[in-house]
Amino acid sequence: MYVPVTATTEAAADTLHHAEHGGGNLFASLLHHVQDAHEWETPFGTIELPHLPSFTVAGITFDMSITKHVVFLWIAAVVLCLIAISIARRNTRRDVPRGFGNMLEAMILFVRDEIVIPNMGKNGLKYLPYLLTTFFFILVMNLFGLIPYGASATGNVNVTAGLAIIAFVMIQASSIRAQGLGHYLAHLTGGVHWALWPIMIPIEILGLFTKPFALCIRLFANMTGGHIVLVSLIGLIFIFKSYIIAAAPVGFVVAINFLELFVAVLQAYIFTMLTSLFMGLGMPVEAHAAEGHGH
Amino acid sequence: MLQINPGLILWTIITFVIVLMILRWTAWKPLLGALTAREEKIRASIEQAEQARQQAQALLEEHRRQMAAAEDQVQRILSEGRALADRHRAEIAEKAENSARHIIAQAKEEIQREKDAALVQLRSEVADLAIGAAGKILDKNLDTPAQRSLADAAIREITGG
Repeated sequence: MYVPVTATTEAAADTLHHAEHGGGNLFASLLHHVQDAHEWETPFGTIELPHLPSFTVAGITFDMSITKHVVFLWIAAVVLCLIAISIARRNTRRDVPRGFGNMLEAMILFVRDEIVIPNMGKNGLKYLPYLLTTFFFILVMNLFGLIPYGASATGNVNVTAGLAIIAFVMIQASSIRAQGLGHYLAHLTGGVHWALWPIMIPIEILGLFTKPFALCIRLFANMTGGHIVLVSLIGLIFIFKSYIIAAAPVGFVVAINFLELFVAVLQAYIFTMLTSLFMGLGMPVEAHAAEGHGH
Repeated sequence: MLQINPGLILWTIITFVIVLMILRWTAWKPLLGALTAREEKIRASIEQAEQARQQAQALLEEHRRQMAAAEDQVQRILSEGRALADRHRAEIAEKAENSARHIIAQAKEEIQREKDAALVQLRSEVADLAIGAAGKILDKNLDTPAQRSLADAAIREITGG
């Protein structure tokens, strides 16, 4: 979350107050700014977000309250839909796309030709809409963290967990669909002697879950880490209480912001790339199909 | 920060699935369709251009060949014409020479004839004159054949004929 200067001034003043009179834990106070909340800070004041009733299924309580990150999840979804649909209209109307449409098309081409086809072959093209949505949805959510008053929904581990669960389902579904359930289950034995199955099968099953888990943590940690660096650098200004020293953190913050811009694109790419790779592993390519189940 | 909030996970999944459903039909399908259509078009255009280039190449070859053939033909016609002209010139010159020679010969003959006639006439004139003159001198008619042959002999001696 990039906190704009005016908001930061007040927030950090609070922080400083806590640091002096409270427990002195500056870091814990700063973390508040990257966490989810039940209110939404806008340029026009803070909006209290509604608490919705929760329900319990199989012992898990789902609190469906609209939090700040839910709001940004939806903002990203709406913005992405508006951009993609309007670009789709424009690009289909003319032969040669221009400007922003050209850029979007280049990115789509990149996902298709550099991510999907190398990892999954031509068969993977039917999953292209899913991977395109993953890439652009994560990208837009990441970029919203760089806008003043914005927040990255992907900086919340629950959001990335949701994306990873979808990736998990897609990975299993694509490999079952490509190999059939029998071959899919046979793969879980790792192709070793049956005596080793009691060891192999738990490892393989664990392996199914570690991949999406890594996706979830990687995206969450990268987005949160960048924001914490930004907030910490700005926090330095209030620790030193000096305009002269303030120049250095501001310079750093500008530099880190550019880095964050890069990381926003990079993490969207990595998430999509790895999902595509994991899906591709379960989809026998022509040459691979004859090899059997060991790998 | 790592608190698990199943509600948010569920919201994420719901939102993602809705976004996927919306974009799948309204954005990705037309965009990818347009992309593949354009790729096909470009591939077709390149193929057509290649075909057109090959056709042009073939036409150029054909044209060059025709040009070379035409050049040969022109050369042949030219040399034939030149030979024909040479032959004609020679013939005409020969004919002209022949006819000139003929005319000259005729003219010479004519001249000779005229000269002979003139000589005969001159001789008879001279003989008459000599007879006349001798008759006057001798005051006697010498017009006899014996005398006349005598006179002729005398004239021949004089003229050296």
